[in-house]
Amino acid sequence: MPEILDRARARVLHDGAGLGEADILEVLRLPDEDLPELLQLAHDVRMKWCGPEVEVEGIVSLKTGGCPEDCHFCSQSGLFASPVRAVWLDIPSLVEAAKQTAATGASEFCIVAAVRGPDKRLMEQMRAGVKAIKEAVDIQVAASLGMLSQEQVDELVDMGVHRYNHNLETCRSFFPNVVTTHSWEERWETLTMVRESGMEVCCGGILGMGETIEQRAEFAAQLASLDPHEVPLNFLSPRPGTPFGDRPVVEGRDALRAIAAFRLAMPRTILRYAGGREITLGDLGTREGLLGGINAMIVGNYLTTLGRPATADLELLKDLKMPVKSLSATF
Amino acid sequence: MFCDRCGEPATSGDHTPCATAREMEPPRFCPDCRRRMKVQVYPTGWSATCVEHGTRQS
Repeated sequence: MPEILDRARARVLHDGAGLGEADILEVLRLPDEDLPELLQLAHDVRMKWCGPEVEVEGIVSLKTGGCPEDCHFCSQSGLFASPVRAVWLDIPSLVEAAKQTAATGASEFCIVAAVRGPDKRLMEQMRAGVKAIKEAVDIQVAASLGMLSQEQVDELVDMGVHRYNHNLETCRSFFPNVVTTHSWEERWETLTMVRESGMEVCCGGILGMGETIEQRAEFAAQLASLDPHEVPLNFLSPRPGTPFGDRPVVEGRDALRAIAAFRLAMPRTILRYAGGREITLGDLGTREGLLGGINAMIVGNYLTTLGRPATADLELLKDLKMPVKSLSATF
Repeated sequence: MFCDRCGEPATSGDHTPCATAREMEPPRFCPDCRRRMKVQVYPTGWSATCVEHGTRQS
């Protein structure tokens, strides 16, 4: 067994402490022949510190497209020649989307808007939407609305939003290659306010945007220092018309190595499959990731792209004997 | 008729990659007039509206 895996077994599996950046990098550099052993260790860590349950979530876009920011991976930026047009979702349709999500057995429903940060109109739409969902559907409501002011953080708490997603997207050193209209530090400020408010912090990013292996390790270590409740892990799905539209898709084995490395960096976090897993990992890889550190997934469609049918993922979980985390377990 | 993914004429060029991509994407262009459609993706489906030719749903 490679020495790094011995070290990880002692530090992460037995003691529950995450690996540091140098060790994460060593894990990411492990050769393919060590991948099965790495995935098994990451799975053991997940089972010991998180348990067998899988948290299932659905997401929907409340406000699509027309975003003033220039996140180079995103088809919703108004600055690129993307075919995605701006559109708003009405409240009855939002509630219907929450019902569709709850029908899968999901305990989480995340409302997302493509904005730099919410304006008054969006906050009013959120207030009305969250209230309508809570009256009609038994599900936890999360939100992802970009950068927030302290007043907006307080408003979301008052609405009953229990978790806030704001991805750092990538490590600090690579961020300027991905976004130029705001800084990594501005995102960190919002995350700090969210944490202090008592809302759960959901923060992850996208792998495969051109970052080096060293920067992938840097990102995992920076996320670990944030200690988020949840880390959504996306793999770049190159979108037509965006600056990253012709980037190659992450190779499946690299994706699995990254999943395991992120688990070893954050043994207790909810590590969620998010966008891009279908094209990066396919059906077989999706299964391997669930046996290699993943303990949550977005089911159904994404914001502007489609996912596997929720039934296919739920069948897979049943096959793996991984129970879906119930709503009562989230309180 | 137009490709509902790239908006180019459906009868010219190879749209095999578009068809493959469309398995994981909703349509973006109206196949009748190539206007960009307003598309809303839902957890279990999508709707796409052309100002001239109306709404299509999954």
